[in-house]
Amino acid sequence: MDSHLISEFRAIVGDAGLVSAKEQLRTYECDGLTLFRVVPELVLLPASSEEMQAVVKICHRERIPFVARGSGTGLSGGALPVKGGVVIGVSRMNRILEIDLPNARVVVEPGVTNSAITAAVSGRGYFYAPDPSSQVVCTVAGNVAENSGGAHCFKYGVTTTYILGLEVVVSDGSLLKLGGKTFDNPGYDLVGSFVGSEGTFGIATKITLRIIRKPECTQTLMAAFNSSSEAGAAVSEIIKSGMFPAAMEIMDRLALEAAEAAVHPNYPNCQALLLVELDGSGREVELLMEKVGPICTACGAWELRLAKSEAERMAVWKGRKAAFAAVGRISPNYLVQDGVIPRTALPRVLGEIDRLSAEAGLRVANVFHAGDGNLHPLVLYDRRIAGQEERAMVLAEDILRLCVESGGSITGEHGIGEEKKAFMPVMFSEADLEAMQRLRSAFDPYNLCNPTKMFPGTDTTYQKPIAYEPHPIEKAGLAQRY
Amino acid sequence: MNENQPIERVWTDLEAIVGREYIWPATANDAIDGLQPGKVIAPGTAQEVAEVLQCCSAAEIAVIPRGGGSKLGLGNRPTKADLILSTERLNRVVEHVWGDMTVIVEAGCTIEGIQNAVKQHGQRLALDPLWPERCTVGGLLATAESGTLRIRYGAVRDLVLGVEVALSDGSLIKAGGKVVKNVAGYDLTKLVIGSLGTLGVITRAVFRLHPIPVATATYSTLLSNAPEATKLVLALLDSHVIYTGLQLRATRPDHIALDVRLEGIPESLQDQFAKLGKVAAGFTFTESPAEVWDARQKLFADPAGAVVAKCGVLPSQLGSLCEAAFRQAKSAGGTANVVAQGTGIADVRFEAADLKSFSKILDGIRSEVWALDGTLVVQRCPSALKESLDVWGALQDALPLMQEIKGKFDPARTLNPGRFVGAI
Repeated sequence: MDSHLISEFRAIVGDAGLVSAKEQLRTYECDGLTLFRVVPELVLLPASSEEMQAVVKICHRERIPFVARGSGTGLSGGALPVKGGVVIGVSRMNRILEIDLPNARVVVEPGVTNSAITAAVSGRGYFYAPDPSSQVVCTVAGNVAENSGGAHCFKYGVTTTYILGLEVVVSDGSLLKLGGKTFDNPGYDLVGSFVGSEGTFGIATKITLRIIRKPECTQTLMAAFNSSSEAGAAVSEIIKSGMFPAAMEIMDRLALEAAEAAVHPNYPNCQALLLVELDGSGREVELLMEKVGPICTACGAWELRLAKSEAERMAVWKGRKAAFAAVGRISPNYLVQDGVIPRTALPRVLGEIDRLSAEAGLRVANVFHAGDGNLHPLVLYDRRIAGQEERAMVLAEDILRLCVESGGSITGEHGIGEEKKAFMPVMFSEADLEAMQRLRSAFDPYNLCNPTKMFPGTDTTYQKPIAYEPHPIEKAGLAQRY
Repeated sequence: MNENQPIERVWTDLEAIVGREYIWPATANDAIDGLQPGKVIAPGTAQEVAEVLQCCSAAEIAVIPRGGGSKLGLGNRPTKADLILSTERLNRVVEHVWGDMTVIVEAGCTIEGIQNAVKQHGQRLALDPLWPERCTVGGLLATAESGTLRIRYGAVRDLVLGVEVALSDGSLIKAGGKVVKNVAGYDLTKLVIGSLGTLGVITRAVFRLHPIPVATATYSTLLSNAPEATKLVLALLDSHVIYTGLQLRATRPDHIALDVRLEGIPESLQDQFAKLGKVAAGFTFTESPAEVWDARQKLFADPAGAVVAKCGVLPSQLGSLCEAAFRQAKSAGGTANVVAQGTGIADVRFEAADLKSFSKILDGIRSEVWALDGTLVVQRCPSALKESLDVWGALQDALPLMQEIKGKFDPARTLNPGRFVGAI
């Protein structure tokens, strides 16, 4: 990049807000999807919405594409830089600006982490409901961009349910106020349109969100099954009975193995584990939980364990939330997918995934939000073995097609990003995609905001990571890599 | 320009799309704010809706979509109104996937029709709009009406999983999907909800459903002033009482009823009632008939000589809003009737002697609501008032963007021209 331009940026954000050294730029070359990497020209870290507007205005003037980045934990490549473009990170804008407990509203800067919000209000008995498993690290801005979910969204809803207002900087550098603190602002629901737009409409500089009252009582039941289909059947029966659990999660044998190795949650040794969480008033939770156990047993559960205290529950969830990272213990590489299917299709689809993975000769660990049919198949492979990575990608794609054929979606939470843009035509017609482009062009007529994401046919120039070459000593079995 | 010749040709083209028996002359009953459309058309499929729109767009005909017509009075006076597009024939419950707790319906289904269809499996749509026997899916989505169940189950936008929409260029698009978790693509579903039919005509929607509660009970108490009402509302919002409705009703500032609805298994209801007593110590709650939850609807009766406004404030400002409504009404020699929900959304009916008094009241209440950082939309009023009133309120700085979006989706301004914010 031209040194005059760098100086211009530096004058706005200062040395603390500018990353230009080659080695440092490489730390921004990908997000949680490490398969694709692009080194950005420059990384800017504005500390205020004024600085944000100023840097975007320069990008607009020079027609430099930009990609916003929160903590970079996204799993679809949404924060993957664009070749020749810059990354604008929000991590220095990390203050909680306002907490209005009587009205259950909080106003934050975009770089505040998801769990920091809950931490700020939990002492008074409130929490921020959307809880992606990366919540300790991920930012609210990233949650807004992806419309993040989490284990508890079956009952509590996803991010878009909780965002009331946004201030956003759009691609010409203007600052727009969308929504507000009250409900039902007249006009088009631009807040609802912006949430989940994956950084292609602009960058949020201020977020007004809703928190909710922590339930009086929460209990989590673990049920051990001999198969995922049995666990899935139990989920269906629980829903048919008219109950509305706060969360229902299933982990299969491989995922359990990984979780056990990583964080030792001491789960029952089974083929599939179902977690059912009920919350609400003490009396109701007690009475309903008495019904859940027998339903699980009737579907084949051979062990039931009830976690009542906060500590017991935390231990149960620790294993579930660590699941993705934990598979690193049982496989050198993995691809995770994010398909959604109607819950009623669960047993059939799980059976199909088993069949497909056997055909591909690869293991698939399954973790999923059983309540809403959101699957996370973790395709395990070893990149060092010739052809495995390609087979893993094909298997992941087959699973996605399976989800759409079953009446579901190609992404429940992680977003389209870079990873699944080629699959948009599997779910949407040309007319559907064209309608989406109309909305995009209204927000970003200059095509500068994260321009290569979400839609097929957009330029993809990225480098595959350099294949790891083991050292001869390692090959000889005399040394190990950690 | 000779208005008649082009229109006659258009009517012929439209007959070819839907069949001669499904397009007929409009009557005085079909008028919108004093504008008399020429015809009413009732397409039988979503594809026909799209073709009708394309035809009208090319001929610069203005189209007013209509479901049950229960909320046609909402919005500014249209700048043009040539054709009413009725969704009455799109009235099928397409599929109730009860195992997934979702239902796919056509836009002309009434809300009552849907409730009847899904209750066989013990499920319901957790929305209680006005006049459910008339209100259709399309109208509900287009106006994003907010009812008494919202405080527990969410707004219309939270319960719609996907939509099918006919656009004015003849395309039929789908947004969202059939499943509860879905972030593929832009959330166009949210864009069309509340858009008053200005971006397209919704032809189909997918809703998420909830279980029908085993038992329901309503309890009410009486408060003698607005600050007391605010205090109790906030206390309840902060409590562990799992209300599914929290409402204030008042025709005078010194006499405010507070209603709480509880749902669940019977043992839970007893437990909740005990909690309610503790939170609201000092107030006596007695059981009330379920009809109190229809209070909103009563505000819209006898429309002549009344103005009904929808205000959105923070819950902590509900008391101030009540006081402001009564104060403004009194200063113009009129009356006010407030029905507010714990979400901060209030419906207020004003009655006054003449248009001048109404203007005075609305100017006054609008200023007070804006000072509270809230919003006020006039939902129904004598048509003559619309000459000088923008029912939607203040222009926001996002208006240019909204106009841009309108321009992308309906460049010929075929749909509801002039009725939405900023006269879009």
